[in-house]
Parts: sequence; structure tokens; C-alpha cells
Amino acid sequence: MDMTIQNYPSRLDNPQSLKFETFSYLPPMSETQIIAQIKYCFSQDWDCAVEYCELERAMDDYWYMWKLPMFGEREPKKIMQALNDCCDAQPDCLVRFVAYDRKRQSRGMQFVVHKGGL
Amino acid sequence: MSTKTYDAGVKDYRLTYWDPNYTPKETDLLACFKITAQDGVDREEAAAAVCAESSTGTWTTVWTDHFTDMDHYKGRAYRIEDVPGDDTCFYAFIAYPIDLFEEGSITNVLTSLVGNVFGFKAIRALRLEDIRFPLAYVMTCGGPPNGINVERDIMNKYGRPMLGCTIKPKLGLSGKNYGRAVYEALRGGLDFTKDDENVNSQPFMRWKQRFDFVAEGLNQAEAETGERKGHYLNVTGPTMEDTYERAEYAKSLGMRIIMHDFFTAGFTANTSLANWCRDNGMLLHIHRAMHAVVDRNPYHGIHFRVLTKCLRLSGGDHMHSGTVVGKLEGDREATLGWVDLMRDSFVPENRARGLFFDQDYGTMPGMLPVASGGIHVWHMPALTAIFGDQAVFQFGGGTLGHPWGNAYGAEANRVALEACVQARNEGKNLEREGKDVLLNAAKHSPALGAALETWKEIKFEFDTVDKLDAEA
Repeated sequence: MDMTIQNYPSRLDNPQSLKFETFSYLPPMSETQIIAQIKYCFSQDWDCAVEYCELERAMDDYWYMWKLPMFGEREPKKIMQALNDCCDAQPDCLVRFVAYDRKRQSRGMQFVVHKGGL
Repeated sequence: MSTKTYDAGVKDYRLTYWDPNYTPKETDLLACFKITAQDGVDREEAAAAVCAESSTGTWTTVWTDHFTDMDHYKGRAYRIEDVPGDDTCFYAFIAYPIDLFEEGSITNVLTSLVGNVFGFKAIRALRLEDIRFPLAYVMTCGGPPNGINVERDIMNKYGRPMLGCTIKPKLGLSGKNYGRAVYEALRGGLDFTKDDENVNSQPFMRWKQRFDFVAEGLNQAEAETGERKGHYLNVTGPTMEDTYERAEYAKSLGMRIIMHDFFTAGFTANTSLANWCRDNGMLLHIHRAMHAVVDRNPYHGIHFRVLTKCLRLSGGDHMHSGTVVGKLEGDREATLGWVDLMRDSFVPENRARGLFFDQDYGTMPGMLPVASGGIHVWHMPALTAIFGDQAVFQFGGGTLGHPWGNAYGAEANRVALEACVQARNEGKNLEREGKDVLLNAAKHSPALGAALETWKEIKFEFDTVDKLDAEA
């Protein structure tokens, strides 16, 4: 491969430089790939949720909840549908998938699936 | 009822301290020593001698023993076992009543257990292999100031191991150049950067300049990436007054995490700083400089798993664990044993991992193991498979040595990590398919491609010096 030294393109004035934590250094996931991650969360007995937020306050802890967390829901398509519904209703917002780990009282996973506003 | 009278002189230790019929109590502190006795000293006598010297005994009887109920306070050597594959030494199990120890003082526990006894003439070599802290004692200790779950909430990192990088060269950078290295690594995608252990406040870079420039670089990287970042500001000072001053200043700059060297500074200092961190909502990264002086010799010293338990009770949110795969010593099964001791609430006895006792930590939070030392992108699949999500992978040269600089090095680390986590969650076997995962990820990341190319020939294949005891 070409090993010539490159300039690192990230800039403060370019929102395209923003990242959104886990999986944001990978290409956007397809629905199939998202569903694989949802299934992994089920295998860990985690409950899923959807959240959305304006780009300007993406670093805040509390994003808006899309409805309520889907406690006990184990049908991947229903989680995927909720993600899509939120994206359709809030197209200018960031939308993320969240999985709650109730045993550790923590989030087992969280990643952005839609980058509205960018 | 029998009475005891004073009989001056030297008695065999075994008469008082060897008790093979003793059943340890839930509240006893248990220890397993590996003893290499001097020629002519039999096992029971050597075990009893170690027990006596580390609890209530001295070399001769003294009349003042009779002021108290020695049967209540003395330690008891209660079991002897062969060391698998080695007949030059043996394991001795000793039970100490909880009354012998000051509550919440790891310093006091170690002063008893590994105090004068290690210079004792009747033994040629002595190693403390493991301790079982009774839950009743654990509950008197503060433990990690925050713990893994709180750290994830503070850092906003979920569903993956965290990534760090130790700034190099270890010594000699000015504060401003040092801040540059921090900024570049953080803007490239790492979660943490780290002061090296011997970066304190030397003439080339006083601590205040370092803290100021690091904070500027870190804040700039956060603004640019939109992600939360941390830098382990090493507050280890020559006195506790200096240490507190540095910790307070780090807090005033809005930093999230500081760092301490627990072993060179000492357990008392570490426990004090951990308490400060708990009171001030600051994460505490613990480095382990000097540990190999006492834990590497298989026959003499203190095993690292004991230091791990002691540190968790004293307090720390991160603890260096070794990597299994990098440049530093660390047998895989033994490493997994002490990694469990850092993270889990209850760790069962498991001789295959060198764990001699069940250890119950009750509600005490866990620490994140920090896998550091000679690791690079090619190690990522194995690290992810071995450690799982609850760990920090700490690079140095594996970030800073990227041919295009720190930011690209950091991005390569991050892309590799996220690709491995995604693949693992999809059900792929990372230790078998890791190479394909990395090569596929490199298709959309020139940063990773260049890193894979740079380090493709590097391996660390020396044999471990301190192996678990096993039949040959």
C-alpha cells in the first residue's frame, strides 16, 4: 500500500469530524448488521431502547427517549422497527440504539445508527 | 479444666502453631505460602514457624503470653500441600483470626503477613502465593473510588473495551510538546492518554505545565471529536501534601481521571488518595511500578494476585494487569486469574488459574484491568477475546509509532478495536478469524492498513519466568 505520510483531516469547524462513541469509526451499518448487534444484546439478556438528540448537544448524557425502553422485547424486527420509526419522525436528529444491562445497572451497548443534522 | 503455666525456653513452633485439625472460620484471614525450608527443618515445623512469626509468636516463650488468651489470637498452620512438579518447596496454609488486623488497613495486614517473617533464618525462601480476605474484613475497606460501571457512565463508553496510550518518550519532553502528543492521540480516537509512571515533576517538565497543556489538548480533542476523553495525570508526589495539591489542581481543570503509583508510594498513601478520589468524583488509574521486584521470583516474594487483591481493597479504578500477548511477563491462565480478582464480585478457588481460595468481595466495585506493554493492532483480536469489554487496552509505541503520526495511530487502534467487537458480537471467533477481520476493516481505513503493514513482523515470544506450578 501507499505509505506516504498523510495529513489528518479532522477539523474543529467541520462537523463531519465529529464521532459518536462506539462503532463510529466503522462504516454505517446495514439493517442486517444492526440486527446482528441486537441479537447479541438479546444473548446477553439486555433490554433495548432508542434515543435521539440534536447534534449540538450530542455529548450530553440525557438524550430524548423514543417512547419507552422495550423491556422484555426479544423480537429483533420490532427493535429495528422502532429505530426506523424514530429516524422517520426525527430525521434531523442523531438516533442511537441502547441496550440496558440491568444486572450491572449499566448500558451494555450504545451506538448511533442515524446522523441527522450532519 | 487445664491451666497453663509459664515454662521459659525455646519450644518447637509446631506445639503451638501447627493444627491440622483446625477448620478455618468464615472470618479468618487465610494465606497460602510457598515455603523453601532450610535443610533439616521439616515441613510442619517450617509452616508453624512462618505462622508464628507472622502472627503472635517470637523465638522463645515469654511470660507475658499468659496475660492473654493466645488460643484466641494466634495464627494456625492448618494444611500442607506438595507443590506440583517441585519437591524443593511446599505450600503451607495459615489461618489468622480477624482480630489481628486493623480495619481498613492493607498496610497493617501486609506488615504482619510479609513482615519480619521473610527474613527468617529457618527458611531459605518464602513466597506469599494468595490471601483470602474474609468478607467481614473486605467491608472495612473503601475499595475502588468509583468502579467500572460508574467509570463507563462518566466516560460515556459502552459496549467495548476502552483504548489508551502512554505518551513517549517517557522522560524529557517539555510540557507544551507533551500536550501536543496527547492532543494528537486523543483527536485520532483514543479514549485515554497516560503519563508514564516516572513522569512526576522533573526539571524538564514541572507538573503544573504538564497539567495545563494536557488539559488544553484534551479539551481541544473533545471539541473536535465530540467524544469524552481522559488523561491519567500522574499525581504521585514526594509527599502526600504534594500529591493532594496535584490532585486538587487536576480537579480544578475539569479533568476526569488521575493516576497513582501504589507500590512506590505505599498502601497508606494509596488508600488516602483513593478516599480523596471517592470524595471528589475523580477516577483513579493505578500503575504498578516496582511490582516485579517482589512478584517475579517463583520462590520468594509476593505473588501479583495478592498485590491485586490488596490494591482493590486499598482503592483504584484501573490496575495494570499485563497483556498475555505483549512485551511483558504474564502467563495466560495466571493473568486471567488476577483479572477476575480485579473485576468480579466473587471469584471461586481455581488452581488452574493459581487461585488458592474463594474470594468474596461483596458489594465492593471492580477495577478495569489495563493491558499495557508492547501491544499493537495485530494483537487486537486476541486482546478482545481474552479480556472482553471490561478492560483498557493501553498502547504506547503501538499508537505513537504509526508512520503517519499519533492521530492516525490512534485511529488505527480504534478501527481495529471496533471491527473486532462488531465481529465478536456477530459470532465470529476472533482468535481464529482475527486476521480477516483486521484486513477487511483496513479496506475502509488507510490508517489501519498502514499500521498493519508497519507491525506485521513483530512478535514477543519469550518464555514466562514465573509460571503456574504444574507437573512437568
